[in-house]
Amino acid sequence: MGVGSFFTSKLDEAIGWARKYSIFQYPFVTACCGMEYMATACSHYDVDRFGAGLPRFSPRQADVLFVVGTISHKMAPVLKRIYDQMTEPKWVVAFGVCTCTGGFYDNYATVQGIDTIIPVDVYIPGCPPRPESVIDGLMKLQDKIAGQAQRY
Amino acid sequence: MPILAELQRRFGDAIVETHEQHGDVTAVVARDALLTVLAHCRDDAALAFDVLMDLTAVDYLKFPGREDGPRFEVVYHLYSIARNHRLRLKVRLDEDDARVPSAVALWPIANWLEREVWDMFGVRFEGHPDPRRLLMYEEFVGHPLRKDYPINRRQPLIGPAS
Amino acid sequence: MAETTRREFMLGEGSGTGSGPQNVHVGIGPAHPAMHGIIRIAAELDGEVIVGADVEIGYLHRAFEKDCEQGGWNNAIPYTDRLNYVSPLINNFGYASAIEKLLGIDITERCKYIRVIMSEISRICDHLTCVGASSMELGAFTVFLYMIKAREFLWELVEDVTGARLTISYGRVGGVKADLPAGFGDKVVHALKETREVLDEVHRLLTGNRIFMDRMVGVGALSREETIGYAITGPLLRAVGVPYDVRRAQPYYVYDRLQFEVPTQPDGDNYARYLVRMAEMEQSMRIVEQALAAIPAGPVNVDFAGRPIDPASYVDQGKQGKTEGLLLVPLTLSPNLEGQQRAALRRVNVADKRVVLPPKENAYGSIEGLMNHFMLIMEGYGIQPPPGEAYFAVEGANGELGFYVVSDGSDRPYRVRCRPPCLPPVAALHRMIEGEMVADLIPTFGSVNMIGGELDR
Repeated sequence: MGVGSFFTSKLDEAIGWARKYSIFQYPFVTACCGMEYMATACSHYDVDRFGAGLPRFSPRQADVLFVVGTISHKMAPVLKRIYDQMTEPKWVVAFGVCTCTGGFYDNYATVQGIDTIIPVDVYIPGCPPRPESVIDGLMKLQDKIAGQAQRY
Repeated sequence: MPILAELQRRFGDAIVETHEQHGDVTAVVARDALLTVLAHCRDDAALAFDVLMDLTAVDYLKFPGREDGPRFEVVYHLYSIARNHRLRLKVRLDEDDARVPSAVALWPIANWLEREVWDMFGVRFEGHPDPRRLLMYEEFVGHPLRKDYPINRRQPLIGPAS
Repeated sequence: MAETTRREFMLGEGSGTGSGPQNVHVGIGPAHPAMHGIIRIAAELDGEVIVGADVEIGYLHRAFEKDCEQGGWNNAIPYTDRLNYVSPLINNFGYASAIEKLLGIDITERCKYIRVIMSEISRICDHLTCVGASSMELGAFTVFLYMIKAREFLWELVEDVTGARLTISYGRVGGVKADLPAGFGDKVVHALKETREVLDEVHRLLTGNRIFMDRMVGVGALSREETIGYAITGPLLRAVGVPYDVRRAQPYYVYDRLQFEVPTQPDGDNYARYLVRMAEMEQSMRIVEQALAAIPAGPVNVDFAGRPIDPASYVDQGKQGKTEGLLLVPLTLSPNLEGQQRAALRRVNVADKRVVLPPKENAYGSIEGLMNHFMLIMEGYGIQPPPGEAYFAVEGANGELGFYVVSDGSDRPYRVRCRPPCLPPVAALHRMIEGEMVADLIPTFGSVNMIGGELDR
């Protein structure tokens, strides 16, 4: 009991620490938020210092799915498929208010929030969110990743 | 306006109506003469409308004063690079006879523009080589830009409908 | 020995030369790393050569045209921001100008200069993003980082004027939201100096670069007849040698008073398009500098009576009805509302009560201002252009951006049609890539500069 759980909790922390600083993101960029995503990833705001700088454009190689920009009903099956193709552990960030709730596109073409299709871990509202908001969301995601217990 | 005068002189009754509003020159053409008029606009040396800038449609179902008239108007915006002048041509269509000959043979861009009008309004273009929807998915039922299509009617492929 | 062409050298004999029974159908997209937006190209490949391509769009269709019909005329401005979201100011102004044409009103001189300055800054941002992103896809990551750095300087300028970096909702029917802030001229000088340095570096990195030229020269070319037949305008048309630019052909705002060149190239391939975009950025900077030098003077200080009060007290007094002399009292506005004082707003908006909202000092400080505000905001009232239609074209970053608006005399648009400048190049994309190799698709698609918001609306 005692000693065993001490070691596994330390191991949990170590794995959490390693995971949160080596985020391989899949930027599922569709719309205007992509511009702010580019701004966050580039030199001025620099997401690379969080270890999240390397986008991996294959769902098999990525662990965080950044859904950036409006998802229309035509695109929704594609998003679901990409999410299903990712391997565990995986997290989803809803970047921009169109992915959180549909934004101001309350019409026949737009999905009213991607959490109707896939589970979301962090919501970053904004239209588009400033890079500071994005970094704040990323740090919250890192806290969530670090805090996840592993199953042995 | 010389363009309108020239069209009326040449095509007579096929030009149903003309007006010039805010500097835009507009002519309403009868459907049967449409391709002839378009071809003349493109090939005539004085008109030389080599660019089909835009091809769209307007649904006049809820327009005050025109609710009973022809429902659709297909609008062609033409531009001439050599002469630097513009022309707007319109064709009026009834709701139960929403067919227009396709202009694909004259300008290749008409292919996609007509697909979009079919997608959004349900106007058929006869002779179009590839009459598929352009913006919506094939499973979508209805034509969203029509005035009687409610903006909130969702038809999701996956996920909930509301 | 006859000279082998590049194609024959790369492919050898026999392969990729005919449509054999072994053709592979590959779907490229809609989620793919060339970060330009979502589009699906169903390509039929013979080896590495694309023998047939079917381009499928609509993955970002957000019902712009239907949404515009739901609210007032000014309500559509945020929707227009998100059309070409890399140069949103041009969309705002194009839409506002179409309605101004319908109303038959002419905006103030200062407003015209401001619209020109902000449009050109937006155009530079668009070209920076286009060239940067397409170079990144070719492997030149440094160029992308440099150009986004330059874009950040320009976005700081935009933020100073409009309050936001990207989706700015700055244009209004009859004018703009606010006047230019103090010190704007110096900030522009600094930002353009940085941009010129970046462009100089990029020229040295890319323009004579062997690898870049190998990938871009002769690739994705389109003939002049096809370009015109597909109604392609903008940099792609200028890259085949046709000097058509709406700013020159049908000048609007003050473009006829400013000196700028319309750069063209003869070849029509990706390299020509790149050169045209690089040259256009320099021309846009020239326009901004000339416009700033020529802009008519800013707001004049009005004679005020009494000590300045803060806005909250001003509003309180107005609401209590103590409005006598209130219009003459000076206000201390917070810095983020700079450019929206009464004198400044009058300078950049048409003096037409049926179209432009009264300044807040009037709306809170007098009953006439309040009534004016009510008549423009409440449902059923608002801007009511006479029934009719108008088409107004501006030069967007990708070509002719046209807005066709139909009014039925009510306070809501009856139909708003945006003529997207990037639809024709994407419609012609299959002609550009058929016969090329798969790897040539990337620079071609990058040089087309497809912006999903504008393409799919």
